[in-house]
Amino acid sequence: MLEISNLTHTYGSGPSAHNALGGIDLNVSEGELVCIVGPSGCGKSTLLRSIAGLLRPTGGQVVLNGAPVAQTPDDLAVVFQDYSRSLFPWMSVADNISLPLRRKGEGRKQRARSAMEALEQVGLAGAADKYPWELSGGMQQRVSIARALAYRPALMLMDEPFGSVDAQTREDLEDLTLRVRGHHNMTILLITHDIDESVYVGDRVVVLSKAPARIVGDLRVDLPGPRDQINTREHPDFVRLRAEVGRLVRGMRTSPASAS
Amino acid sequence: MKHSAPASPKSSGTSPGGSPSGLRGVARAVSRLWLVPVALVLWEIGTRAADTPYFPSPTTIAVKMREMWLNGPASRLWLSDLALENFPPSLARLFAGWALAGVAGIVLGVMLGRSVLLARFVDPLVHFGRAIPPPMLLPLLIPLMSIGTQMQLTTIVFGVIWPVLLNTVDGARYVDRQHMETARVFGLSWGQRLWRVILPSSTPKIFAGLRLSLSLALILMVISELVGSTNGIGFQLRAAERAFDPPALWGAIVVLGLLGYVLNLAFFAIERRVLSWHRAAKQTT
Repeated sequence: MLEISNLTHTYGSGPSAHNALGGIDLNVSEGELVCIVGPSGCGKSTLLRSIAGLLRPTGGQVVLNGAPVAQTPDDLAVVFQDYSRSLFPWMSVADNISLPLRRKGEGRKQRARSAMEALEQVGLAGAADKYPWELSGGMQQRVSIARALAYRPALMLMDEPFGSVDAQTREDLEDLTLRVRGHHNMTILLITHDIDESVYVGDRVVVLSKAPARIVGDLRVDLPGPRDQINTREHPDFVRLRAEVGRLVRGMRTSPASAS
Repeated sequence: MKHSAPASPKSSGTSPGGSPSGLRGVARAVSRLWLVPVALVLWEIGTRAADTPYFPSPTTIAVKMREMWLNGPASRLWLSDLALENFPPSLARLFAGWALAGVAGIVLGVMLGRSVLLARFVDPLVHFGRAIPPPMLLPLLIPLMSIGTQMQLTTIVFGVIWPVLLNTVDGARYVDRQHMETARVFGLSWGQRLWRVILPSSTPKIFAGLRLSLSLALILMVISELVGSTNGIGFQLRAAERAFDPPALWGAIVVLGLLGYVLNLAFFAIERRVLSWHRAAKQTT
């Protein structure tokens, strides 16, 4: 459903130009949860912004459900890392979630119902009338996820979504992501710099190199489900995969047996 | 919930118990206002000691004010004919001028703030216009429009539009980039972006501008009435000056001071209400 071919991007020009993406080819099929992991500053966000249509890449093309991405696509939602700057502080939680739904042609009542449903899915049914700043960081990020869910996108992009919350909340949100993907037939692209997280959450882990980013690894994660923070993380396959991904991220050669 | 308890700034404003909070309110008012009677007493002593006709004592001024403006029937809140002849027109000018300038300033400000191209062309004009002291317009406007409401309103609007305009430009230009990107990703329409994102995000700045404009509007209202008017507080001030009636002159000054104080207080109350999200959001993040 998502086809990225030979995507390149360079910021600026001349001697100060920064080459962020060095030719990315990636295909994601419907319903997949793909984690993109790479070292800090490698161009992960540039990739995400190109897919979201927030940035016009200097080369290559992104095709979403058969249509090349030029503007921000209709059935795409983003969960940003910085929830406090993504949710609107002057609106209640319910309004934050239902505002984008007007575009989907939903009436006032339907919008309110959709917002409520999404809040229930993220376990925040009681927070509809609160303002985002009345909630803790983890809860605000849940609201962001609820907003994306209510929008019912074909593709959900998550940009380091759990980077600004504490470890406990992070685990909760990882499990939440695994849970909600089952509700809708959503394709999810999650960008992270956390190697464990990428293996724990993803069906597939795509590893990027340092800038200019290229794909240096594409691993399928076949862990027995349902995944669980304790058991999954001590499973031999998990341990092997995280080592594998870790080596790739640090730019080491991998053992040939497991590279695919 | 496993998360840490969310901060709830709403509950912090109320104090527990009925009568202690009432007492505390009185104590707060006293601690804030005690300087006023002290200043009045000092003023009284000073003016009595100086004993010049130019500086009448506060009691003389108060008596004069009562005589001029507060000798009407109780059904009219004791306001005299003279008061009703002069206060409402002044207030009407002040509010009409301020409101016109506010609307125009916000509309133009959003346009200039969101359009780089427009801002590039219009910016020099804005700064040129802002640099002109508004009272300077009066000699130009009098032959142009003749003395009257139109001229007064023009003076006020021209004088008070700048803080609103410049603040709105600033607010609309620097809407958080991620808020705008969120609006783009979720496909908000042009109208939604304006009404639900750009304007609310700019309100703190807009209100700061409106507040400055309000006090400027009071000043310009008086100035426009000094020169070209047949009624209003400024007109009365001028009349008292010509009639060599210092207590009446001082009376008008006191009324203007009180008016400015009350307007600022009222504006502050509205601002607190409209911008409650802003204050709370700033406290918690």
